[in-house]
Order: sequence, then structure tokens, then C-alpha cells
Amino acid sequence: MKPAPVAYARPTSLTEALELLAGTPDAKVLAGGQSLVPLLNMRLAAPTLLVDINRLPGLDHVMAAPDGVHVGALARHSAVLADAAARRTQPLLADALSHVAHATIRNRGTTVGSIVHADAAAEMPAVLAVLDGHVEVASVRGRRRIEARDLVVGPLQSSLEHDEVALEACFPALDARAGTAFTEISRRQGDYALCGVAAVVMLDEDGAVASARCGYLAVHETPAVVDLPALVGARGPLGDDVVTAASDLALGVLDVEGDIHGTAAYRRHLVRVLTARALRTAYDDAATRTTTRTTAPTPTTGGTA
Amino acid sequence: MTTRLVGQKVPRVEDQRFLRGGGKYVDDVLVGATTLHAAVLRSPHAHARVVEIDVEDVLDVEGVHLVWTYEDLADAAVMPATMAEPLPLLIPHPALTHGRTQYALAKDEVNYVGEAVAFVVASDRYVAEDALARIRVTYDFLPPVVGVDAARAATNLVHDDVPGNVGARLEQTVGDAPAAIAAAPHRLALDLTVERSACMPLEGRGTVARWDPDSGRLTMWTSTQTASGVRAAVAVKLGLDLGQVDVLTPDTGGGFGVKINHPWPEELLVPMAAKVLGRPVKFTEDRREHFISSAHERGQVQHVEVGFDDDGRLLGLDVEFWHDHGAYTPYGLIVPIITSTQLLGPYKPGAYRVVFESLYTNTVMVTPYRGAGRPQGVYAMERTMDAIAAYLGKDRTEVRAVNFIQPDEFPYDHQMVFQDGRPLVYDSGDYPQSLEKIKALVGWDEFTAVRDAARAEGRTVGIGLACYVEGTGVGPYEGAHVHVETSGKVKVATGLTTQGQGHATVFAQLVADELGCRFEDVEVVTGDTRRMPYSVGTFASRAAVMSGSAIHLAAKRAKEKALRIAADALEADEGDLEIVDGIVSVRGAPGSSISLGTVAVLSNPLRYAFDEASKAATQFTVGDPGRPPVAEDDEPGLEGKDFYSPERSTFASGMHAVIVETDPETCEIRILKYAVVHDCGHLLNPMIVEGQVHGGVAQGIGGALYERMEYDESGQLLNASFMDFLMPYVTEVPDGIDIDHLETPSPLNPLGIKGAGEAGVIPSAAVFASAIEDAEGFPITAMPISPSDLFALRQQHAAGASGAPDPSRPSDPSDQEDR
Ligand SMILES: Cc1cc2nc3c(=O)[nH]c(=O)nc-3n(C[C@H](O)[C@H](O)[C@H](O)COP(=O)(O)OP(=O)(O)OC[C@H]3O[C@@H](n4cnc5c(N)ncnc54)[C@H](O)[C@@H]3O)c2cc1C
Repeated sequence: MKPAPVAYARPTSLTEALELLAGTPDAKVLAGGQSLVPLLNMRLAAPTLLVDINRLPGLDHVMAAPDGVHVGALARHSAVLADAAARRTQPLLADALSHVAHATIRNRGTTVGSIVHADAAAEMPAVLAVLDGHVEVASVRGRRRIEARDLVVGPLQSSLEHDEVALEACFPALDARAGTAFTEISRRQGDYALCGVAAVVMLDEDGAVASARCGYLAVHETPAVVDLPALVGARGPLGDDVVTAASDLALGVLDVEGDIHGTAAYRRHLVRVLTARALRTAYDDAATRTTTRTTAPTPTTGGTA
Repeated sequence: MTTRLVGQKVPRVEDQRFLRGGGKYVDDVLVGATTLHAAVLRSPHAHARVVEIDVEDVLDVEGVHLVWTYEDLADAAVMPATMAEPLPLLIPHPALTHGRTQYALAKDEVNYVGEAVAFVVASDRYVAEDALARIRVTYDFLPPVVGVDAARAATNLVHDDVPGNVGARLEQTVGDAPAAIAAAPHRLALDLTVERSACMPLEGRGTVARWDPDSGRLTMWTSTQTASGVRAAVAVKLGLDLGQVDVLTPDTGGGFGVKINHPWPEELLVPMAAKVLGRPVKFTEDRREHFISSAHERGQVQHVEVGFDDDGRLLGLDVEFWHDHGAYTPYGLIVPIITSTQLLGPYKPGAYRVVFESLYTNTVMVTPYRGAGRPQGVYAMERTMDAIAAYLGKDRTEVRAVNFIQPDEFPYDHQMVFQDGRPLVYDSGDYPQSLEKIKALVGWDEFTAVRDAARAEGRTVGIGLACYVEGTGVGPYEGAHVHVETSGKVKVATGLTTQGQGHATVFAQLVADELGCRFEDVEVVTGDTRRMPYSVGTFASRAAVMSGSAIHLAAKRAKEKALRIAADALEADEGDLEIVDGIVSVRGAPGSSISLGTVAVLSNPLRYAFDEASKAATQFTVGDPGRPPVAEDDEPGLEGKDFYSPERSTFASGMHAVIVETDPETCEIRILKYAVVHDCGHLLNPMIVEGQVHGGVAQGIGGALYERMEYDESGQLLNASFMDFLMPYVTEVPDGIDIDHLETPSPLNPLGIKGAGEAGVIPSAAVFASAIEDAEGFPITAMPISPSDLFALRQQHAAGASGAPDPSRPSDPSDQEDR
């Protein structure tokens, strides 16, 4: 379990990093190394050059702005998780991050690295997708923005070109009338999920569902987002018929496969169970926020009785 | 008087070092540029003929020092002839009619993914692995045999010359079980399976060797459970005299059984390469290698038939099981023999017949893993007890209680032969009292109310119980050497090895108590053949019983000698002396005393003084000119040496109970309470015993709910990493384990102790099956069980409930014949 010979560079400017990448067709970016290094050690990946981006300046920010949370390429999962402003701006992010691996791995692994690694079982790509977020990338050709829906093109395949570095991911802020929920089942705490669901429910002025969508991890070959028009107009508590209709919709879209940790039938069953749980929690969350906002001038936690 | 240390929760002397990263493992030995590093090319195929191995491309890789294949092992110009022979079959048995072992490097054929095919030594492990990638092997594929069913079907054979894939068939009978079952008022039959798992020590295998051409000696450090065993095997295989080989075990990061097997191919190839190259060579196994080239255990398929009366009393028990031993049988039949004998647990079976077939498959070989066949046996018996209780509508503890061997029935002779070739005779125990304790500890009698309350809230909870008896402290012997230095420090050596059990603490407690020295002055060395060449090894919960007893006896000898010399020096009667904190003094005469260090000086008559203290032992200072300085029946030095060799094993026992909650929707299984009652005779250090139980329970939870070796049909292990082989984290183990002890001393050893190392893991599969069955209301017949498995069972039983009788329920065999 030692990697094949590989050259290593640790540039200190973005330009230098981009030039190195452009000059070596099978170079790889190294961020936290929590996914890449195991692949190297098992010789499942054998790039000729590693471009370590950890010395690039100005990429470790976690910034909560009105439009959303901006996470720099060198911000570790743990920094994002600990950021109170980020949690207020988009609570789904922290909810989901607490399910990503264990503390030691979150201390090294980057949130952006996790997104561009494009693992369908990972939390961050699904969260970015369900929120309609995006990623900013750069190469010697310039910068561009990739929308979350265009980011993951296959299992462990992102639409980044080989010479592009992701600079930042942006998770849009929570809408005023929206609520979120994240729930997953994994074999052990911190493992990749057998099935995970991120839900966003938006209410109209009257407290009925205006829109609802779920993001799914580990039950499709890419992070899948399913819009749930069937829920529009529903009111809480969401009835069994409503959530069943939602999971029927989801299962119509998802191509659920089994593996050694769970059969396809079990995972389909989890899609139903977790869709119901996530939608109900997200609905209640939205309802609580809406009420809190209308009855109290400053948002507080805990909601009203 | 100082208080006795035995029986107290003495903190472990090892922990400061281990917890601060100060442990020194095999990979930490001989770190430096002169050491070369080995890597092994392993078969990617489960079953194939090796047609050709082309190493041409490796020879000119910079940094590569040596490449060997079987051809090289057979080269008489370089190797002793023994290197070309198969590895030893360590424990022969008359029933093992078709025992097979592998070669250090595959000859002609590979029989599992991971079998060693070629060996490379290079300047570092990176270069060695680069070199492996350049070796080209041509294989001719043979059909792989994977799993017990395929082995039994024998459509394909693992070894051409082993018909039916059957390595051994062994039957033991006591009375006429089939007749007793036929005549019994009630009968049941059960079909059960247990999956494969493995020890998974965090430190894998590892070996470092240095050949000293000037002295013609080999020094070897290896991560083993038997230094003396490795030494003997290496000497024979490398054609060396035993006296030329020293084997040392540094700190060992866990063994759990897998490191008792020896010699591993690398334990021969590494010292051989060190000798040929004249440079130290190191092999450090990586995790993937450990999964595919060390050893596994547990996998069995079982069929139980039982006849019983209205109280649930066993009248006849007929067990047949099929044991998957993998591709080779270096460790003989130990695991299935233990299953077949220890299955009996604390019960009287009535008439008993047990027959097993030990079967070849194209998978990693099977050697003992903590518990060593007992978890499977306990599972078979306890599933049977639960099935009887369900059938009769009785409480599960009542059925067990009517079958217990009673306290006044010891020694209890089962009329069978145990794993050590000796009669299966239990020495002592008190099972009814254990049962009372475990019921109280887990709240057995109150549980019905708990279950009903939970059900009312839409929750599913269940309680399970499992009992076991464990033969521990098997022979043949262990020895100990206690040496009091002139400084007063006490050096203790015993030959068996340590993998983190706290031997240095417990053994020092024994010496301090017996010799009367200070605990802090005792230093214990294990697994160093230079210090104690005669030894067997660490397995079968034997270290405390065997080495503990030997150390106790050796300390006693040292004390006798100390008293004799001190009595002379103090001109007192031996009977009036006592030794406290390393000072020998005359009882009641405080001024009259001498330190053990000074006694050590006096024990060795000197011509030359080397310091102030030693002057006391020189020729013009002491000694009776009329007698030889060392008496005829004496030796110089304050030392004691002794061996302990028991007639039979001593039988520890215990009971576990668990309360689980199963999620009605997600099928997740959560542990609400885990309780253990444990009887290992006198407790030497209750904290260490509890630590052993905790670790065992954690490992057992892994085996019951998480771990399994996922082989596909072609013999590829699909989960050969810690990402997919699910060892429980601390988050999967309950925050607390309730433990109660019972101490029924063993009459077989001077300390009245029994082994405690394996107990925690033995009843896990049984106790979880019992609890999940209780929660779910349908039988659990296959372990381990995952949420996905539980989901499938629920689906199947939901479908079954509306249709025909459930085929997986325990059934009356005569019923089945009628259908
Ligand atoms: C034991 C363990 C458990 C884990 N459990 C989980 C889990 O439950 N859920 C989960 O989501 N993840 C889990 N992970 C993965 C973890 O989240 C990783 O940190 C993350 O997937 C990758 O981030 P990284 O910074 O370590 O990326 P690296 O490993 O450095 O890189 C990963 C890939 O992304 C590319 N890359 C990284 N950064 C950039 C960039 N800025 N621009 C372009 N390409 C880039 C690399 O070239 C590489 O291909 C686990 C990891 C381990 C070791």
C-alpha cells in the first residue's frame, strides 16, 4: 500500500498552480488528501504529478453573505461546521456536515474537495445540488462558474477539466419561508450513508407548501435532486398519502442499486422512510421559522408554542 | 505488613508507554538505512495453476536486491532443502486424513486470493512494491470453491487429491443420541449458519531479521503469539541449530489468535533473505495483505437435532456441522474440535453425538480467532435452548436452569476428548448462581413490563441471554525465571508473548506478593527466547493460568533461597524471617534485617569485587573455609526457576445478556443494555479482567452485528479494507457494560485461577440472536445480522404470516418427514 512514483509540487500562487496543471495532462490537485491519498496508496490512481494547493493564499475562507455561504477550496469541513454565521445562513450545510466522516477526517478534508470528488454517497455534493448551488473554477483559460446540476456527470466524475482548480463553492442562503432537513442511515457513525435525504420545503403566505424538493445520496449513481410538485398545497402535519406520493416520485427517478452493505430493496425502503422523515422535519422547520419570523422581531431558536 | 496486590485493581504499568505513543512494535525495530524492505506478490486468483513467473523486468530495477519465486526456494545452491517443502502442519490429528499446508512461495498452484507467489527485497517498501508490479505471472484458471455449500457439493475440488474437499471428519459420541431423540417426548431441528470474520489486530504481521556473520547467529523480531514456536520452525527450515536463533517479540499491537499460527511464509523468507544478503530485512504487512493473506475464522453451517422432555430437559443432542477451514490446515482441527466440545456449555446434554466435516475452500485459511470455535458452539447450543423454550412456551432461563450441571457435580466428566487431547472434565463452577446474578443484573424478570410499555409506544425491544463454558489454560506447560539482581531489582522472564493484556502488571503483582519485593522493582520480560527458551505461547486464555502459575512457583523458589541465605547472614531461623518491600527481617526484631539486593550479593561467592556492595561476597570476607563456596545442591545467584504443567484445562464460565431495540422502520439494531457475569476463579486484577471483558464484548458486537468476510463466487474478498469491513467504532459499542463477577476457584493450579482473555467475545452471536428474535418474534438462524438482513427477514415473515407455515422456523423433524 505505497503509491507509485509521483512528482510533487507545492505552488504558492494560483497562477503557478494552474500552469503546472495545464502542463501535465495527468496531474492531480491535492487538497486535504482524505480521498485522494487512499486511492494513491492502493494504486487505484497513479498521476504523474500532485499539485498540492494547501499553500495557495486566500482560499480558506468560510463567508456567510446575504446570497449564501461561500466556502473556499482550503476550508476544512470542521471550519465550515463550526461557523455560526454559515449555520444561520444555510442550516442544511452544518446539519449535513455533522454526518461527514469523523472529527479527524473533517479536520483535514475540504468541503470543496468533497464536492469535486463527486462521490454519490457523499453529503456535500447532494446538499449543493438540492440547494441549486454552484462552484467557481479557474484554469489558465480563465474562470467559470459550474452550476451544481451540471457538476457531477457520473460516479466519481465531475465536469471540471483536468487542469481546473475549484476555488469556491457557494451554498445559497435559506429562503425566508423555507425549512430544511437532513437525515441519513449509515452502518456506523461517520460512514458513508446507505441512503441519505436532504429536504427543502418552502411555504406560501398561508403556510401551505409552495415547493418541495429532496436531494438523495447513495441511492443513485450521482447525487439526485427530485422536485416534488405533488406536495404543493399540502399542510402540516404532512399525511402518509402526501409523503408516500413524494417517495413514489423519487423512486421513479432514482436508480437504486444494492451493495454488500444493503440490498437495493432495503435501500428503496430507506428512500421511503427517510423521504417521509426529511419532508416532515423540513415542513415543521419551515413552519416554525415562518411563525417565529411573523410573531417575533428577532429570530430565535426553539420556535413558538 | 503491606497489603497483597493480587486481587486489587493495580493500574497497568504498560499504559503510560502505550498511551503516550511510546510502544515499540516490530516496524520500530532496526529503523535505518541499512535495513532492506520486503514485499510479497500475492495471487489475484482464488484457484489457478501457476504456469510461468517472469521476473526479468524486475532484475534491473534500481534498489531491488533480491527476487525469489518457488524455483529459488528449490535451488539447493542457495537454500536448505527444507525451504522447498510445505510449511509445517503444526497440530496433526488422526482424523485429519487430508491435511495440506502451503509452500512459503506457491509451487505450481495457488489456492486463495492472497497466496504468496513471489518475494522481493528492495531498498524500501515503495521500490519493492514498484518491483512487484513488474513481475508477470501466467495463470491457468481452475474453478474456485467458495463457501460451505460449494465445498460440500464438491463439483470442483480445491486440492485434486482431497476427495469431496473433506480434510477431516470427526465424530464423538456419548450414549446413543439418535435413539434418545427418537424416544423423546419432544423433538426439534435447527439449521444455523455463522459467517466468517477475522481477528483484525491493528498491528498486522511483521518480521525483522538480522544475520550476524561473525557470530553465525540469527536475531529475529516478529509479531507473534509464540516466540519459541517461531524459533523452532525457523531453525528447522533454515537448517540452523536452535542455539543459533534468537526470537524476540517487541510490543505487539494485538493478536487475537491470528499470530499463533507460524511460521508465516514471511517468517522464513525474511530471515533467509537477511542471511543471503547480509543485511537486515524487514517485512511489515499492510492492511489489505492482512485481509487476504493472514487468517480468518468462524464460518460454519450447523444442523442440530434435539430431543427433550416437558421441562425442556435435554435427552439427546445430535449435532452435525460443516467447518470452512479455507485453503490449508496448518493449525489442524483445533477450531472445530473446540466447537464440538465446548458447544455443551454449562449443560448436561443427555446422549450426545457430534460430527463435523472440516472442508477445503479456495479462501484464506482458518486458524483460531479469540474464542476459537466456541462462539459457534455456544451459538448452536443457545439457539437450541431458545428454540426449546419457544416450543414449550417456557421462560428461556428456566429451560437453561433444568439442564445445568449442578455445583455438587464437579469435577464433571463429559466423557469426551478436548482440544488438548485430554478428557473434557470441568473442574469447578456454579452455573445456577451465575444465572441468578445475570438475571438480577439485566433485569430479566422485570423485562416483560418493559417490553409491553415499549410496544405501547410503537417501539420494539427484546432481551437475550447466552451461557458459555470455556476451557482455558491448556497445556502442555509454561516456565518462569525470577532473578533478584544485586541492586534489589527483580527481573522476571516467561516465554509466552504479550499482545496488550497487561501481563507485565499482573505478573509483577504475583512476584511482589510471593517474594515480598516492591511491585515497582519487578520488571517482566515476555516472548524473548534468550531469556526463557522453553515455552508454548499465548492462546486459549492461558497466560495467567500457565505463566502466572509458573511465575508464582519460580518466585516461591527465589524466596526460599533468599530466606536460606538471609537466615545465615542474620544468624536467625528461616521460620522467623519475613520479606516486606524487599527487606528481609527477623519478625519482631526490627534492627536485624538485610535487603534482597544484599542477599543477592551473598548468593554469588566472588573472587573479584566490582563495587562497594559486592565486597561483602569476596573470598576473604565470607564463607566457611571448611565447605565449598557453592554447596553441592546449590547454584550461585538469587534466582528461582520453575515450570507449571497442569493435568488438564481449567473451565471458566459466564453468562451475557443484552437488551436491544430494533427500529420498526429502518431496521437498525441498537443496544440498550449489555450485562456480563463472569467467573474466572480468583481475580488477579479485576480491572484487567474487566478490560478484557470490555474488549471482548466490543469485538463480539462486531462479530454479531457488523463484520463479515464478503467473498464473491470467484473467491475475491470484496471488503478487504476498514472502509468496508465494519469493525465497530466506539460509537457502536454501548457506553457502559454492566459486569458482575463470581469466583469459583480452580483446584488445578496454585492460584485457583482460570483464563479470562477470550470470554467477552464467546457468547455474542448467540446473545444477539436471542435478543433480536425476542424483539422481532421470528427465529434468527444466521449471524451476523445487518439492518439489511433484518429487513429481508421482516419481508419474508410478513409474506409468510399470510401464507404457508414458515420454513425457517425450528421444526419437528418427524413432521418434516411426513410432508
Ligand atoms: C475514513 C473516512 C471516512 C469518510 N467518510 C465520509 C463521509 O461519511 N462522507 C463524505 O462525504 N466524505 C467522507 N470522507 C471523505 C472526506 O470527506 C474527504 O475529505 C473529501 O471527500 C475530499 O476532500 P479532500 O480535501 O480530502 O480532497 P482530496 O482527497 O485532496 O481530493 C479528492 C479529489 O478531489 C480533487 N480536488 C480536491 N480539491 C480540489 C480543488 N480545489 N480543485 C480541483 N480538484 C480538487 C483531487 O484532485 C481528488 O481527485 C471520508 C474519508 C475518510 C478517510
